Amino acid sequence: MKICVLVKQIPGSEATFNVNTDGSWIQESGLPFEMNESDIYALEEALQIREKMGEGDVFVVTLGPDRCQKTIREALAKGADRAIHIKEEAPYCTDPLTIASVFTQVISEENPDLVLSGLQSDDLGFGQTGVLIGEMLGMTTATLVVATEIQDGDIRVKRELEAGWFQWQTMKLPASLAIQSGLNTPRYPSLKGIMTAKKKEIRTVSFDELKNVNIQQSFKKLSVQRKEKQTEMIEGSVDEIVGKLVNVFKNEIRII
Amino acid sequence: MMNILVVLENKNSSIHRMSLEAISGAQQIGKECGLSVGILALGEKASVLAAEASQYSVEEVLSVENENLNSYTADGYSAAVAQVISAENPNYVFFGHTYQIRDYVPRISAKLKRPFLNDVVSYTVDGDKPIFYKQSFNSKLVSELQTSGDGPVLVSFQSAAYSAENIQSGTASARSVNVDLDASAIKVTPEEPFQEEAGGVDLSSADLIVSIGRGIGKEENIPLAQELAKVIGAELASSRPVVDSGWLPSHHQVGSSGQTVAPKLYLALGISGAIQHVVGMKGSKNIVVINKDPDAPLFEIADYGVVGDIHEIMPRLTEALQS
Ligand SMILES: Cc1cc2nc3c(=O)[nH]c(=O)nc-3n(C[C@H](O)[C@H](O)[C@H](O)COP(=O)(O)OP(=O)(O)OC[C@H]3O[C@@H](n4cnc5c(N)ncnc54)[C@H](O)[C@@H]3O)c2cc1C
Ligand SMILES: Cc1cc2nc3c(=O)[nH]c(=O)nc-3n(C[C@H](O)[C@H](O)[C@H](O)COP(=O)(O)OP(=O)(O)OC[C@H]3O[C@@H](n4cnc5c(N)ncnc54)[C@H](O)[C@@H]3O)c2cc1C
Repeated sequence: MKICVLVKQIPGSEATFNVNTDGSWIQESGLPFEMNESDIYALEEALQIREKMGEGDVFVVTLGPDRCQKTIREALAKGADRAIHIKEEAPYCTDPLTIASVFTQVISEENPDLVLSGLQSDDLGFGQTGVLIGEMLGMTTATLVVATEIQDGDIRVKRELEAGWFQWQTMKLPASLAIQSGLNTPRYPSLKGIMTAKKKEIRTVSFDELKNVNIQQSFKKLSVQRKEKQTEMIEGSVDEIVGKLVNVFKNEIRII
Repeated sequence: MMNILVVLENKNSSIHRMSLEAISGAQQIGKECGLSVGILALGEKASVLAAEASQYSVEEVLSVENENLNSYTADGYSAAVAQVISAENPNYVFFGHTYQIRDYVPRISAKLKRPFLNDVVSYTVDGDKPIFYKQSFNSKLVSELQTSGDGPVLVSFQSAAYSAENIQSGTASARSVNVDLDASAIKVTPEEPFQEEAGGVDLSSADLIVSIGRGIGKEENIPLAQELAKVIGAELASSRPVVDSGWLPSHHQVGSSGQTVAPKLYLALGISGAIQHVVGMKGSKNIVVINKDPDAPLFEIADYGVVGDIHEIMPRLTEALQS
């Protein structure tokens, strides 16, 4: 079984974002970058499927600038067999259709049985990439996937619905699945994995050379979120904060 | 001919709350930009939903029935809605940003080669055109979206972007439309939806909730939060990563895939405030947020906020409340 995993590098959730003076993008310098959370689970699911089947080829595809090499090495160290890095330099494209069409060109040459992606990236949050690729490649698609079972020629997946409901569906292969977090326990890279990752293949291709469609969607301007509610900020030393909180509980919210 | 087409989702044989919000948004945007609004109902319950929708002030309600749409599949729904969009050619197609929308609308975007602006939170008007905004970068920033090219633009709205209570009533004409959909186009076999066995706590009726996020750091710290909850008689809840990591069972999770709560006190410890969490707790009467990051989006809906380290504050607060 050949499995393609889309792995994206994003700024960590605790990062402080500063917008460029013209509002076109964020200032990247000094930001911590890490692997997108649901992609970590997607990669783990691919590795577990390969292990269960006893054979297979797991390759990761990443789009982004040079800094993404770190994320690619991490995926290889965890056990991916090889990687394709689609290099893009700033200013970055923010049109999901264009991005998916570029991925599609790279993936179609490989002809995978499965494409696994994260449900949604924590930075741009379009939550579309995996489904767009599936449609473009004529694959079956499913999102919010929380369990997978390979059956001959088919895959059975459990999907999360709203408010605690779930549903299984059986799908023809090839399939593109957008993976929800929490469906497995992601591994950490082993020392041996880190060593062997250094020798694994990373093929590089250029985003600009593959970008052949009309870009129809873009970010015009970024700005900081406006605050709507009045918040009473509680400040001071730890003791003072604790004292003030107890007072709020007692005299304002009246719960004790 | 309508300029904005709102596509409905069926939830237990009535219109999904977030589809109602999308109708409300469409009416508002339509009025400001001079655009007419139509509604599309599809699937097994199309006639029921269409009857409900015809009480709203819109031009027209379309319904599509086809045996291959009786159960939801991304294959069937994306093909059918794409056909209706091509035939009607509206300027905009609106949806509520539900889980089902995530699942099939990107397919329509790829079929029509037209953009899908998802999870939109607001709009402004430029001349006679709406401009849409979405949150990005862990909900810390807002981005203005720009589209180009000819043809429909697909837009889904985040929960509560518009209020269903503001829907204008009226009467609408009804039209049934056909789609060409063969069983062979559906390569997926869905089974019956089911609910996972309910857990021990019903958070929805809890009066006081102490809720922990990834900021709790590690499993060994969970008992500290349990103690704090115990001294004030609160239930313990959490964000999704805490459940994903296996530190608490899933019935503790608050949010779009967990429980919806509205306690008198929601004390959030180390939770950033992603929309999927916020939809589950924003109805709380008093929201107290402790987070070390002053830019954490949850502060935006906090009544009381503390910028600080929960590992320092939590045990001391428990102590102070005990005495
Ligand atoms: C300022 C800026 C910075 C960018 N920085 C990066 C960067 O650091 N790294 C980068 O890879 N791209 C980067 N991009 C590229 C691009 O913008 C996004 O990949 C694209 O917009 C897709 O949107 P999304 O991530 O919200 O997709 P979603 O549809 O929300 O993502 C769903 C899933 O698709 C897969 N996926 C999406 N994008 C990628 C990707 N680029 N590489 C691998 N898998 C992906 C992942 O599995 C992800 O979980 C950047 C773009 C901009 C504007
Ligand atoms: C379709 C879908 C459904 C989802 N459903 C849900 C859902 O039902 N419920 C849910 O919660 N999420 C859900 N999510 C996930 C959601 O998007 C967020 O990823 C999640 O809510 C983040 O949880 P968090 O705030 O605990 O973690 P993070 O975003 O990582 O935030 C951790 C916070 O802790 C703070 N912190 C760290 N250390 C400390 C410290 N020592 N002291 C104080 N503060 C500290 C940090 O500053 C940060 O703000 C869903 C996502 C998707 C795409």
